[in-house]
Amino acid sequence: MTSAVETVSVRRVRRSALARTWAFARRHTLTLFAFLAFVYLLLPIAVVIMFSFNDPLGRFNFTWQGFTLDNWLHPFDYPELGPAVRLSLVIAFFSSIIATAIGTLMALALVRYRFRGHGSMNLLIFLPMATPEIVMGSSLLTLFLNYSVPLGFATILIAHIMFNISFVVVTVRARLAGYDRHLEEAAADLFANPWTAFYKVTLPLIWPGILAGFLLAFALSVDDFVITYLVSGADQTFPLFVWGAARVAVPPQINVIGSAIFFIAVAFMLANVLWQWRRQPKGAV
Amino acid sequence: MYYLGYTSLESGDLFSGYTFTWAWDNYRDAWSLYRDHFIRSFEYAAIATIAAFLISYPLAYWIAFRGGRWKNVLLLLIIAPFFVTYLIRTLAWKTILADDGIVVSTFQHLHLISPDGRLLATTTAVIAGITYNFLPFMALPIYVSLEQIDQRLIEAAEDLYANRAKAFFRVTFPLSLPGVFAGTLLTFIPACGDFINAQLLGTPKQLMIGNVIQRRFKDVADYPQAAALSFVLMAVILVLIIAYARSVGSERVTTGVA
Repeated sequence: MTSAVETVSVRRVRRSALARTWAFARRHTLTLFAFLAFVYLLLPIAVVIMFSFNDPLGRFNFTWQGFTLDNWLHPFDYPELGPAVRLSLVIAFFSSIIATAIGTLMALALVRYRFRGHGSMNLLIFLPMATPEIVMGSSLLTLFLNYSVPLGFATILIAHIMFNISFVVVTVRARLAGYDRHLEEAAADLFANPWTAFYKVTLPLIWPGILAGFLLAFALSVDDFVITYLVSGADQTFPLFVWGAARVAVPPQINVIGSAIFFIAVAFMLANVLWQWRRQPKGAV
Repeated sequence: MYYLGYTSLESGDLFSGYTFTWAWDNYRDAWSLYRDHFIRSFEYAAIATIAAFLISYPLAYWIAFRGGRWKNVLLLLIIAPFFVTYLIRTLAWKTILADDGIVVSTFQHLHLISPDGRLLATTTAVIAGITYNFLPFMALPIYVSLEQIDQRLIEAAEDLYANRAKAFFRVTFPLSLPGVFAGTLLTFIPACGDFINAQLLGTPKQLMIGNVIQRRFKDVADYPQAAALSFVLMAVILVLIIAYARSVGSERVTTGVA
């Protein structure tokens, strides 16, 4: 499809030298602009990774002092950092699993059945995504306070499950939209048992959607600060630790963990991109 | 089971309104005491949204039409910032904009800022931080709608109008509006409630309404006041969105978001 556009523009460009120069400048202005935008987007990441190798003199890791591997060799060599990372991972794991289970069932219900409140439920799914996090967090906090629920692990978990459900529903529903119900009916004709049909036909077909939803939920949960900050008691997740630490010091270990999360996530994404490339026939791109 | 999530969403959002019946004073105070913070929040969010649009539209356009087979990798680069924890990203900006950093000295050499000028702890830094953090939210929807445009329409336009700029403004841009719309909402709404950028990159002069809400809750434990503030924030955002939707056409909202 690009080649068709190019033949059009090539024809136009050949018309005069002036037009050619103009088109050349235009093309490269846009490329240069895109390049600068990428620099803007990626510069902070480069800084985070670079400063994870810094050997800071004081408590603040803001100026470059010298290269060291110490921070990477002893990533948890800072009080309270280890437990914070562990709590983040535990919360992310459980909240994504529960949110994925609930979210998948909700998506199935929303796509399959027409029931009372169908429309409003569709809207309510979008609500948490269209609300500023601070409003969500404060609503949850007032809810917990009014029922005098002690703030801590449980409230963080509940909050994370809540905001993750929406994202899982949207992801799984996108997958279900392109799914042929006749396959399931055919399975029902052959196996006759709805559970078998679900496990053998429906689940494998929507599995990529469920997995994507789970990974998204996990990433969002690890990254969330605002809501966690409001509903947590004395417990500290990794972003909360960073926030607390940033007031008195910025140890390079923060950069190490941050970079590690980044590398793991990019590895996942690259694997996904490569997988899609391999599945696509060469000529299709 | 799914109704569990359903009710948790519902009551979670109604509860900030629950204080409604108790003390109206909270609402009066919310507006009279923190009017400046509200106005500042919406101002910053609006500027950041416009800046994010100006940066991401050409970027998305370039990827959609010039990306070729590298499209997926380029998209990955756009969402790469998401993989670094929000707070760490913002702290990185603190490093970049630091008083003895490269950016400040370059700007001083170019006389963009005065020799003893700073970037950190200024309004510019806060807005730049917000723009940066929500840029992918703007770029991705725009990319998606640009990508879906049938190239033949643009070719047809070029055959008829013969002017590339005209083809862009009459065909490409209107067709990408749903993406622009979704991107604007996805950037503006979270930007209004943001308090991390103002806290880390700004001074008390740049405090936004998010900072106030957060402090009312966590430091002062004045829950009703904080709840009233977040309720007002939500209400104002809703009004703004409805006004925006009216001016652009509500059909575009639904197609853009869904």
